[in-house]
Amino acid sequence: MTKLVELEKITAGYGNQVVLTEVSLTIHERDFLGVIGPNGGGKTTLLRVIIGLLKPLSGSVRYFAEGKDRYNFIGYLPQLMHFDPKFPITAMEVVLSGIMAGNRLIRRVTGKEKMQALQLLEQMGVFHLRDKAIGELSGGERQRLFLCRSIISNPRLLILDEPDTFVDNRFEHDLYAILRELNERMAVIMVSHDIGTISANVKTIACVNRNLHYHRSNIITEQQLAAYDCPIQLITHGNVPHTVLQQHEP
Amino acid sequence: MTLIFLEILSYRFFQHALAAAVLTSVLCGIVGTYIVSRRMVFISGGITHTSFGGIGIGYYLGMPPMIGAAVFSVLSALGIEYFSRKGDIRNDSMIAIFWALGMALGILFIFLTPGYAPNLMSYLFGNILTISLVELLALACLTVIIAAAFKLFYRPILYVAFDEEFARTRLIPVQLIKYLMISMIALTIVFSIRVAGIILIISLLTIPQTTANLLTRRFDRIALFSILIGLAGNIGGLILSYYLNIPSGATIILCLVMLFLAVRTIRSWKLLQT
Repeated sequence: MTKLVELEKITAGYGNQVVLTEVSLTIHERDFLGVIGPNGGGKTTLLRVIIGLLKPLSGSVRYFAEGKDRYNFIGYLPQLMHFDPKFPITAMEVVLSGIMAGNRLIRRVTGKEKMQALQLLEQMGVFHLRDKAIGELSGGERQRLFLCRSIISNPRLLILDEPDTFVDNRFEHDLYAILRELNERMAVIMVSHDIGTISANVKTIACVNRNLHYHRSNIITEQQLAAYDCPIQLITHGNVPHTVLQQHEP
Repeated sequence: MTLIFLEILSYRFFQHALAAAVLTSVLCGIVGTYIVSRRMVFISGGITHTSFGGIGIGYYLGMPPMIGAAVFSVLSALGIEYFSRKGDIRNDSMIAIFWALGMALGILFIFLTPGYAPNLMSYLFGNILTISLVELLALACLTVIIAAAFKLFYRPILYVAFDEEFARTRLIPVQLIKYLMISMIALTIVFSIRVAGIILIISLLTIPQTTANLLTRRFDRIALFSILIGLAGNIGGLILSYYLNIPSGATIILCLVMLFLAVRTIRSWKLLQT
């Protein structure tokens, strides 16, 4: 399998606080990796290191892409609510912002790219909102919009940080269908609190709790989680709706 | 009325003032939209007051004070941007330090300049009627450059302003764009000081935009409407101040606030109707 990104002995954190210790992980083409773990365990930090937003304190990140390929290498869906909802930008512009890359700052958006943006909006069911300002959209609608933005560049690796927050049940179902379809042509890494839906949809699981435990299957048992020192409890597993309880620090 | 208007138009100082009013409307309309959208009003206030230090140093060194102010403001703006990125000091506290230091340096250097005591009031409150041809040309050049930059780089400017982190994942040179933008803000402020003064300039960068934002929620339209609202306020205020023989800067701001209140009232009334 072709490698996309290789993390080697990554130690990362903010200021003096170390969040990840000596984490190694390789992402291959067509991977569908679910990332689980307790709050503050370093899930988002891991994603930020993979994307290149956070420089690790030690260790190396290697991307298997050169030159222009690097521009459309990663698609990123950040956690919601890290932007200003009053910012004057339309839904359509938000999606188109996913096209611009690198130093080509004066390039115009082509008609083909606009069509592509409209198609994506249609596919995600937010076509009618294209001229609305971002602040007029609900949380779920914004999430769909940001998904459009993250995939319009047709990246080779799609990274999603809790895409299922603020999303209604119907779209959550659609979302996983869309992600499985996207996975036909790109690798996907997804952080989620919902371990039940994760294990029903992903191919492999990584449990991040300061360290990283890679699990080569989408079925994970309580015993395995305990062995990984990952304080997440599985309540049910199967076709019934899942509930997950998180243990808190004593 | 028309005749009297034509008569004042024939005065050279009034022609200059009118041209300055038009240019600052365009310049502050565009740059102010960026400032308001990114919630950079306090930073802009800081840069404005810091520029007073440059004016003082300019006087002391015997060079045109506006050049001193331009250099000093751009450097402080870059400094504010740099330190706010490091994040070990609270952003707003640091802006306050720059703000106060600039004013203090300005007062000290003007005090130390031998012989000549410049009219500080015209820097603090502006006087559009005394703008010189050179200042007007400089203002025109800056307006053309900034309007062209916004036209050419509209998308990267908008995208970085909206979601800096996402722009980074697209490998866009975010930090370079931010440094360029804050320099543009600093130059816009310095070149507009003659019109509205250090204390009042923030109004040209925020009141038209806030008014425009009541009417639209698109960046490009806010900029366009701000220019139009700025034109109405600037020209209206200028003419009114001439007839009533009152300070021009203050009159312009009163006109802008009146426009804001009028638009707000009409808008809430319309919202009530529907």
